[in-house]
Amino acid sequence: MTPYLTSLRAIVLREALRFVHQRERFIAALVRPLVWLLVFAAGFRAALGISIIPPYQTYITYETYIVPGLCGMILLFNGMQSSLSLVYDREMGSMKLLLTSPLPRWWLLLCKLLGSTAISILQAYAFLAIAAGFGVVAPPWGYLAVLPALTLAGVMLGALGLLLSSFIKQLENFAGVMNFVIFPMFFLSSALYPLWKMAESSELLYTICAVNPFTHAVELIRFALYGEVNLPALGWTLLAAAIFSACAIWGYDPARGQIGRRR
Amino acid sequence: MSGLAIANLSYSYGAKTALEDVSLAVAPGRFCALLGPNGAGKSTLFNLLTRLFVAPRGRIEIAGFDLAGQPRQALAHLGIVFQQTTLDLDLTVRQNLAYFAALHGLSGKLAATRIDTALDRLDMLERAGEKARTLNGGHRRRAEIARALLHAPSVLLLDEPTVGLDAAARQAITAHVHDLAQEGISVLWATHLTDEVRADDQLVVLHRARVLAQGTAAAIAGDLPLADRFLSMTGHEAA
Repeated sequence: MTPYLTSLRAIVLREALRFVHQRERFIAALVRPLVWLLVFAAGFRAALGISIIPPYQTYITYETYIVPGLCGMILLFNGMQSSLSLVYDREMGSMKLLLTSPLPRWWLLLCKLLGSTAISILQAYAFLAIAAGFGVVAPPWGYLAVLPALTLAGVMLGALGLLLSSFIKQLENFAGVMNFVIFPMFFLSSALYPLWKMAESSELLYTICAVNPFTHAVELIRFALYGEVNLPALGWTLLAAAIFSACAIWGYDPARGQIGRRR
Repeated sequence: MSGLAIANLSYSYGAKTALEDVSLAVAPGRFCALLGPNGAGKSTLFNLLTRLFVAPRGRIEIAGFDLAGQPRQALAHLGIVFQQTTLDLDLTVRQNLAYFAALHGLSGKLAATRIDTALDRLDMLERAGEKARTLNGGHRRRAEIARALLHAPSVLLLDEPTVGLDAAARQAITAHVHDLAQEGISVLWATHLTDEVRADDQLVVLHRARVLAQGTAAAIAGDLPLADRFLSMTGHEAA
């Protein structure tokens, strides 16, 4: 095996092991979207009529509408969580271990990113399975078609987390950043309501939602779940993933980046 | 040259100078103690040597490779023991070492053999299956030193490796690393404790970002015990 694959396997395995050791994290990551699906959606379905919009071909329940958004939420929270663990790793020193490996730094960061994305995807599938158990189902082939969409969206959001972690200097600053990132990203997107509803109430909010990369990640997942490709969403998600990754690698560059500027 | 060579290294955090024109060389087989009070610039020097920072001025060579020009070859020859423990406490000693080996591209049988050899060298083989969390401070350190030797580095850096250890563990680890130097590795050992330095060790005294003295420990100490000489050089009254 080449050194590249060896390190990739080890880093992904370590992320997985760490995840297995934190069973609470897995449960918490599942409970959050399930509360939205089973409680919030139940209360909201009467208030919010969903008309027939692509990719749906019939009227759908609100629960069906928000499942892709909640998959996105899992990926978003996980991306931020792994970013948190990176900041923690850096304070604890194990990030140093990674960064002093003779392999190129961009590769090590990419491995880290793929490791956390793999875990996000596992969680998203666990959520989809539970949602199906409650009767919120997609077409069978959709569950396979959604895999590349989840992967790309997970990489994009993971790269955002990586980027943030390179600029957050201390663990204590983390909560604030999260509130500034997670909540606006989630609520200013098509995860909970179709964008045309947003357009009815405010053109400005609609515009913000439309440029939010999270919206495109959710739409990518939504269409993939019904076996369709949403090309604009794919393009925007790819672009965002590329930009976030490039900035994160720049942020971790020892000559220019922030990693050393702690003291 | 092989071993470690540092020339005219300077670094500052904004207006605060952390290192000023530092030069030193550690030949293969030498144990070099980097002695300095807290805040002398030892940690900054280590961050530069491990390429966590990059210095705008000066040159670092590891086993003949320029760290700025050929960082990957240079890092491949460098073994590092950080001041803070960097073991994953939920993993066993062997899993920790295997993870590190993989980061250096070692896997399979070769990695397993190297892990056994390195652990045996530090008398840690019988603890390979224990979780790092259950080890005491001295054994954690030994596991980390064993880990730093897995890729057969020619230069070994240790940043205050005995902090927080009891006297017996401190002495054992100091002796172990002196043995490693005799086997041909260049060792740079940062400390603020003079009793870890032997008379024939190479010694570099770092104070307020500058190298105050360089030579064998015996020559620098002269007619005084090294502890007293160190205190008088760094401007502290002997306690």
